[in-house]
Amino acid sequence: MSPNPIITFTQQGIYCPAGDFYIDPWKPVDRALITHGHADHARPGMGSYLATHLALPVMRHRLGDIRAEGVNYGEMRTIRDARVSFHPAGHVPGSAQIRIEVAGEIWVASGDYKVVDDGLSDPFEPVKCHHFITESTFGLPVFRWPDQDAVARDLNTWWRGCAEAGKTAFLGAYSLGKAQRLMAMLDPSIGPILTHTAVENTNVVLRNQGIYLADTVHVTPELDPKQYPGALVLSPPSAQGSTWARRFGAQETAFASGWMALRGIRRRRTGDRGFVISDHADWAGLLWAIKQTEAENIYVTHGYTDILTRYLNENGWNAKVVPTQFDSDASDEGQGRGDDG
Amino acid sequence: MKRFATLFNAIDQSTKTTVKVAALAAYFSDAEDMDRMWTIALFSGRRPKRAVTTTKLREWAAEASGVPLWLFEESYSIVGDLAETISLVLPLNASVDNQTLTQWINALRALADVDEPARKDFVLAAWQRLGGAERFLFNKLITGGFRVGISQKLMTRALSRATGKPEAELAHRLMGNWHPDDVSWHELIEAEDATADASRPYPFYLAYGLENTPEDLGDPSDWRAEWKWDGIRGQLILRDGNYFVWSRGEELMTDRFPELARAIDHLPPGTVLDGELLVWQPGETYPASFNALQARIGRKKVPKKLLADAPVVLHAYDLLEWQGVDIRDKPFAERRAMLEAACAGLPSDAPVKLSPQHRFSQWSELSTLRTNARDAHAEGLMIKRAESPYLAGRKKGDWWKWKLDPLTIDAVMIYAQAGSGRRANLFTDFTFAVWNGNDLVPFTKAYSGLTDAEFRQITAWVRKNTLERFGPVRKVTPHHVFEIAFEGIQASPRHKSGIALRFPRMSRWRQDKPLQEANTLDDLNEMLRIYG
Repeated sequence: MSPNPIITFTQQGIYCPAGDFYIDPWKPVDRALITHGHADHARPGMGSYLATHLALPVMRHRLGDIRAEGVNYGEMRTIRDARVSFHPAGHVPGSAQIRIEVAGEIWVASGDYKVVDDGLSDPFEPVKCHHFITESTFGLPVFRWPDQDAVARDLNTWWRGCAEAGKTAFLGAYSLGKAQRLMAMLDPSIGPILTHTAVENTNVVLRNQGIYLADTVHVTPELDPKQYPGALVLSPPSAQGSTWARRFGAQETAFASGWMALRGIRRRRTGDRGFVISDHADWAGLLWAIKQTEAENIYVTHGYTDILTRYLNENGWNAKVVPTQFDSDASDEGQGRGDDG
Repeated sequence: MKRFATLFNAIDQSTKTTVKVAALAAYFSDAEDMDRMWTIALFSGRRPKRAVTTTKLREWAAEASGVPLWLFEESYSIVGDLAETISLVLPLNASVDNQTLTQWINALRALADVDEPARKDFVLAAWQRLGGAERFLFNKLITGGFRVGISQKLMTRALSRATGKPEAELAHRLMGNWHPDDVSWHELIEAEDATADASRPYPFYLAYGLENTPEDLGDPSDWRAEWKWDGIRGQLILRDGNYFVWSRGEELMTDRFPELARAIDHLPPGTVLDGELLVWQPGETYPASFNALQARIGRKKVPKKLLADAPVVLHAYDLLEWQGVDIRDKPFAERRAMLEAACAGLPSDAPVKLSPQHRFSQWSELSTLRTNARDAHAEGLMIKRAESPYLAGRKKGDWWKWKLDPLTIDAVMIYAQAGSGRRANLFTDFTFAVWNGNDLVPFTKAYSGLTDAEFRQITAWVRKNTLERFGPVRKVTPHHVFEIAFEGIQASPRHKSGIALRFPRMSRWRQDKPLQEANTLDDLNEMLRIYG
């Protein structure tokens, strides 16, 4: 790295001295550029926020009254001596990779990303750069996402089976991104889709910004489950098996996450079914994305950092582990605390 | 294999016992004889002889999936299951195969007669023909260990439903040394007079842990009590002039305990004893520690010196068969009386001894006894209902184990490592230290005892408080104090701290306790002096 690095990794987060801003900082700073609205990337307490127009409504919903500004994908901004632009990351609606250019040197911070088109988020767009900061949540060759149409068929077969057996299908998923993606995969001819408040609140925000989502019924305390035979209930995983869920009577539970590729984790969750649906890139996706950037220097964060770094170094890249506090488990893959309750 | 994979998926994709049993029962009702025999064999831990070494399997899998071997190994250590790791790293493909489970097993067994290149060709071709669960199950046939959430209990329940035979009888029929090659479905399951193998053991009756004090059990005179020994549970079978030793894990361990052969000289054929295998020097008041026994368990052929240093005796506490007759239905008190009579004439150097019963008329006397269990080198008490028959498996109500409270020490977490398998993305394996002056000296690892929620909480904390990384191991900021519970303590020159613990686990996360108040090495040494 040059004597005056374009990006440094500090206690507060990823920092750009030339522009005096941080990317997804985990401690309060004056100026924060945010890749997406998940709780481990968009934290409270920043002096100002900059994110895509698409990501902002959810951030405002979650963080309350914040000083924030929106940009379009691809729109170039100059912040002091740095040129900054946001590019689709395909992770959730509005999610972005952030490109920083200072004196001809280009860095891209990927945030979280996936390279398959989920039909909901703007698809991942490779951005050429010299330095690429990548996540590695699923940075192991055992993670290989199955064809999503096939997963959708399995999902609907399971739902139909529940409906025919007179059981309510409980599908656990995080409320921003995964839940809406599942709504698009579900076959509404099977039955009504019911939503937990946490999911429905996010739905409302997304619908208000013009994103088309399937029809859902909000589960309020007054709702009578008997009026909705054959229903599927979308809720944060923490709500499964709770008193809230019990009033739906006989039920089967399932969970949608990339972690469901591993039988051990599937069994630990003690749900009935696990569907392999992830908003992160799988092993092949990570390698493809890294190649597409044409970057020589790769900084590997949150996930199987050591392993992906070693693999990249053995295959001609100059890779390094960068410790971060993005808790990808907690954001949307289902091992951590509830996303937003 | 398709039918077997369907069964596997039905079992694997449900957490409900009723669903699993129904799927198994349906399978046992309509699958082909050989397939169902192999299914029973596989689900009860019997597998075909390993045709390919796991080292070769790993190499071939890495090669076939274009992944360097170290990366395959890293993946394996995270996934925690070799068969699963292989089926996940290989390219996805759909199954194009119609062979039965038995055909696959026979094809694998035929590999014993061909050279390595031919074995490799066979395995690589199989990986291409099989997809999804079928590929995973094929790998399992080679690597063994079908832990698929089907206990012996569930399997016998399903068999019972499919055949109409009582569960207890089926559990007994499935015990011991049978193999699908030598016995048919009819002989094993259906035949009225099963000409059983002489080595066939009875299913062990297992006790539940007593959660409170025994007062809730009612009148003390209805109960009997004995030490709960810290050895291994074993069944000694004397039939047709031979002896057989089975562990509770249904492993035939006869060759490991040649000294038990002399039981034939003192007890009549047609005798089956249930008891505890213990290392016990002649003339000693107490048995040796479990460590001494461990040296014996590990050796298939026992050298003379070890035999003298660590002689094993069976401390018998139940009689299951006498003069060739199964007496498990008789009340425990009656079986015990017969056992005492049978053991009455044993010379002092016989390898079988009667495990003593404690006299007590009030529960409070038993409480006092229990507190002294450690002095007797026992780990607590067993309390058995005098009227109880000898049941099969773990059944609540008649047999209780009342273990000693564990020893505990408050220790500081200093290293963390992610788990594998069920715990693949959580930090669950921790190293703990105690104070020695201003230094923290590591003395034990522990993996269990916390709830999933606590593991998630500590995982998030570890991510943010890593000081250094050594491969998968992270050195963390000394901050959290945990109460470590353990069953025993021993001097150990191999450990930096000089001690080794038995069954250490995290009993409590002492979030209330500041770092400085964790215990010291002196405290540990004091425990070693008292309990070691």
